[in-house]
Amino acid sequence: MKQSITLGKVTKFIGLGFLSTIKDLFTGKLEKQDFINFLRKIVVPLASILLFIGLWHMGAKTLYNIEADFKIEKALTDQGPAAADALRTCIASGESSCQPNTLPSPSQVWDSYKSLLRDHNIIAADKAAFIEKTAALNETRIADGLDAITYTGRPSFVDQIFRSLKTVFAGFLLALFIAVPLGIFIGLSPTLKSAFNWFIQIFKPVSPVVWYLLVFMIVKTLLIDSNEDSSFTISFISVGLCSMWATLVNTAMGVSSVDKDYINVAKVLKLGNFQKIFKVVLPSSLPLIFTGLKITLSVAWMVLIAIELLAQSPGLGLFVWEEFQNGANDSNAKIIVAMFVIGIIGFLLDRLMLTIQNWVSFDKTDAI
Amino acid sequence: MSTIIENKKATSLTDNGLFPSNEVMLDLKNLKKVYPTPKGDYVVLEDLNLQIRKEEFVTIIGHSGCGKTTMLSMIAGLNPISGGNISVLGKHIKGPGPDRGVIFQSPSLMPWMTTLQNVMLGVNQVFPHATKAQRNDIAKYYLQKVGLEDAFNKRASELSQGMQQRVGIARAFAIKPKVLLLDEPFGMLDSLTRGELQDILIEIWNKEKITAVMITHDVDEAIFLADRVVMMTSGPKAKIGDILNIDFERPRTRKAVLEHEDYYKYRKHLIDFLEH
Repeated sequence: MKQSITLGKVTKFIGLGFLSTIKDLFTGKLEKQDFINFLRKIVVPLASILLFIGLWHMGAKTLYNIEADFKIEKALTDQGPAAADALRTCIASGESSCQPNTLPSPSQVWDSYKSLLRDHNIIAADKAAFIEKTAALNETRIADGLDAITYTGRPSFVDQIFRSLKTVFAGFLLALFIAVPLGIFIGLSPTLKSAFNWFIQIFKPVSPVVWYLLVFMIVKTLLIDSNEDSSFTISFISVGLCSMWATLVNTAMGVSSVDKDYINVAKVLKLGNFQKIFKVVLPSSLPLIFTGLKITLSVAWMVLIAIELLAQSPGLGLFVWEEFQNGANDSNAKIIVAMFVIGIIGFLLDRLMLTIQNWVSFDKTDAI
Repeated sequence: MSTIIENKKATSLTDNGLFPSNEVMLDLKNLKKVYPTPKGDYVVLEDLNLQIRKEEFVTIIGHSGCGKTTMLSMIAGLNPISGGNISVLGKHIKGPGPDRGVIFQSPSLMPWMTTLQNVMLGVNQVFPHATKAQRNDIAKYYLQKVGLEDAFNKRASELSQGMQQRVGIARAFAIKPKVLLLDEPFGMLDSLTRGELQDILIEIWNKEKITAVMITHDVDEAIFLADRVVMMTSGPKAKIGDILNIDFERPRTRKAVLEHEDYYKYRKHLIDFLEH
C-alpha cells in the first residue's frame, strides 16, 4: 500500500489544516458539506478579524478624542483661548508634533510596519555598502593579525527579530540539554526524585525577572575579566532557566509512568539498562517530553521580551523598551507592531514544535 | 470430585504421586503468595504444588481473582515469591528471564516499533552471537508462521488487537524459551479471532513443543489446547483443586475434538468443578 503525500496531508500534519480548504476552493472540489466547513474555517475567522480591527479602530478613536480634548482643555486653562485654538488646528491638521499620545489605530500600526520595513531596507543597504567598502581593508587587517572592522550601526527591526530568535533558541537548547537528561534520571530513580523534588517545586514558580537577576549576579562575576558584552549570555541563560521546568517535570513524569506492560516485556527479555532506556523508556515517554518542550519553547519566547528588556540585550524586548522610552509620536504604533510580530512568531514556533512532535511521536492521536 | 480420568500419561507417576524428575520441566513446590494489607496478611496462594512435564501443554482454569495470574507472574519472575519455590529443569528461578517467554493478556507491543522490530527486540537479546541476517530470518520465520508475512514493516499501533496478539505469539516463540507462559492471551478478542489464534498457536506449538502453561477462562479453549487442565480452587489460599487429563490425539483439529465422544465428559467435569 503506497500512500501518496498530498498537500492536504502535509498541511494537516503541520497543524494548518484549514489551508487545504482554501486550496479546494480554488480547485473547485467543494461540495455541500465542504461549504459549511468553508464557512466555519475561512469566513468566520475572517469576519472575526474584521470585527476585531473595527473595534480596535473605534476604541483607538475614542481614546484619541479623550486625549485630544484633555490637551485642549489644559491649554485653555494654562495658556488661554488662543493657545487652545492653535492646538486644536494643529491636532486637526495631523501635524506630528502635537498629536495625542495614546493607543494607535490599526492604520497607524500598518504605517509603522511599513516604515520599519523601509528602515530595515535602508540599514541593510547601508550595511552591505559598509561591508563592501571594508572588505579589502579587513583582509589586510586579518593578515596583519588585527581584528576585522565590523558594522556597528543601529540594528533594524528585522535584525532585532533575528537577535531575539537567536537568544530564544540558545535558551531553548540550554533548557533541552539540562532538563531532558535530568528529567530522565529523576524519572528513573525514586531516590533522585525525592532529592530534586523540593528544588523543582521551589524554583519552578520563580519569576523571569528574579531569574535574570540571579544569572546576572553569577555571570557578572564569572566573566569579570572579559571585556565582551555579556548581555547575550545572561539573557539566554535566564531564558533557559526560566523555561526548562515544564520539560523537566514532563520528562520525569513520562519516564516514571511508562506502561507497566512495556517494562514487563523488558524484564522478561532481560534487556540491559541501556537498551531498556533507549528502546523502551525513552520512545514511550517521547510524547510527554515533546509536550514539555513545546511548553518550554512558548514560555521561553514569552519571558524573552522581559529578560531582553532587563538585560539590555538587543532584540524585540529591548526594541519595545526603547520605543517606549523614546516616546516619539509613532512609538506606540511600533510597540503594537512588535506585539503582533511577537505573537505571530510565537504561533509559528508552536506549530514548528507540533510538527516535530508529530514527526517523532508514535501515537499520532496524542498531539494536541 | 477428585476423579482423575485414567490415561497413559497418568500411569507414569512415581509412587509418591510425583513425576520422575527427569521428565519435569517446571516444578512449583509449596508455593505461597502473601500480600500484606493494613488489616493483616492476605494469603492468595498457599501450599500450591504443581509439576509440568517437558513438552506438555497445561491450561489453568479457575474463578476470577483466584490467583491464577499471580501464579503465572510468579513463574515468569515478575512477582516475588513469598514461600516455597519454583524451579525450571531443577534450577530455582531468580527473577524474570528469557527462558520463560510470556504472552501477556494485552499484546504489550512497543507501538513505536514495527512488527519486525518488536520480534527482533527479543531475538537480538537471546541470540547475540548470531549474525544480523540470521536474527532477521528467525524473526521473519515466526512472523510468517503467525500469518504476518505482509506486515513486517507495519507499526504495531496500526494493527488490530488480534494482529497484535499474533505478533505477541511470534515474539514469544522466537526467543525459543524453555517454558511458554500465556496469561489469558485471547481474553480480549472476539470469538472468531480467538478461534483463529488458537489454531495458529497450536500449529506452531505442534512444531516447537515448548512446555506451555496457559491461563484461560474458556472451558472449550482449555480442553482444545491442553494435555492437562489444572483447576484452581477459589481464593484466598487458593491451591490446585483437580487435574483433568485430556487424551485427544495430537495434532488435533477443532472438528475432531468437538466430535469426540469424551469431549462432553471433559466439559462436564470442568463445569462441575467451576460451579461448585
